[in-house]
Amino acid sequence: MKVIYNTLFKRTSTYAVAIIGATFFFERAIDVSSTALFESINKGKLWKDIKSKYE
Amino acid sequence: MANKFGHAISKLLQLSKGYLKRSPVRPKSSFSAPNWIPGRSKWLAFGALTGGLGALLYALDASVDASHDCVHPPKQFWNHKGLLSALDKEAVRRGYQVYKEVCSSCHSLQYIAYRNLVNNCMTEAEAKAQAEQVMVKDGPDENGEYFERPGKLSDYLPSPYPNEDAARSANNGAYPPDLSYIVSARKGGEDYIFALLTGYCDPPAGFVLRDGQYFNPYFSGGAISMGQVINNEVVTYADEEVAPSGSQIAKDVVTFLKWTSEPEADERKLLLIRVFLICSFLIGLSYYIKRHKWSALKSRKIFYVPEVTGNGNGQSKGNGHGNAKAKTDEACPKHERNKKEGYGKNNYGYWKPK
Repeated sequence: MKVIYNTLFKRTSTYAVAIIGATFFFERAIDVSSTALFESINKGKLWKDIKSKYE
Repeated sequence: MANKFGHAISKLLQLSKGYLKRSPVRPKSSFSAPNWIPGRSKWLAFGALTGGLGALLYALDASVDASHDCVHPPKQFWNHKGLLSALDKEAVRRGYQVYKEVCSSCHSLQYIAYRNLVNNCMTEAEAKAQAEQVMVKDGPDENGEYFERPGKLSDYLPSPYPNEDAARSANNGAYPPDLSYIVSARKGGEDYIFALLTGYCDPPAGFVLRDGQYFNPYFSGGAISMGQVINNEVVTYADEEVAPSGSQIAKDVVTFLKWTSEPEADERKLLLIRVFLICSFLIGLSYYIKRHKWSALKSRKIFYVPEVTGNGNGQSKGNGHGNAKAKTDEACPKHERNKKEGYGKNNYGYWKPK
């Protein structure tokens, strides 16, 4: 906790960089996980599942 | 809603009574519930009004529900009905075929373009092929003349009639509605359309049907101008595993129409997962921060030191706590400070933990 504070949270500039960097990874993680969840719930119904039949 | 408000008020009254019992001295100012919430009667009136309005709206909606001029459609199982359930694209694809072969002779679908079909129920090449089957009137050329050309992906699906009057005159005065948003536009949604398409039957005895009208119990009034178009094997499916029974065809076309009404449905449900994840995290964080910041205020202690008249035997006027002054002097050093700064007759104060 102390390490994080001293390296990231102490200065506003580093805080901002930390936020932007964390957002990038966070957003990516949420994107991937939510898409994976949605696709597993709806297996067989989505276009990507059936397009191989018609290409 | 007014009921809940009344309960809240009575609970507040009980709480205030409890507090009064605990404190040794009854303060002079009135402590009844109205002083807890300023403008209480206004809030009570507002709550009653909102509750009444809500009840009125519910009653109005229920009165339409209990209509006597049509049968309520039975609820079917649609596999896109769940909170996170996507539309079955195979069904949408078959539904497009049904629309094209059966429904497009009378019904338009003017808000769907061929490009909307791409990567939803067919590939780009297939959609292009579909578009090229129709001739589209295109704008003035360099000579100022209008001309016909085969369709492109950017064109909207063609309407069978140029305008509503032409549609009416070709259909006994009845206008076949545009189907793009029909599932959203009709009460009952998919269930209603499905029941309508499959629910044709003989009229009850004595029911008057004009020329060109048919009986459908799910249609408001019972007399509909569209005859039964969905019959067994009215369409042949490319996929042999799916038998084109009447109900299968109706199910497919309704799924297709659901897609035309809500083309964003899949994406919307995917976003729901993301919103839920992010919001739950943020709500938890906000709750923690709020409680953290408010903890200083919420853990302060408020005390009241009664005013005592200084006569010899230490009996205070009106209450029996003779040594109250002495006790509080020892208990809270701040009391001395308050006296010196002249806080006024009623010695209120608050003590925050260091």
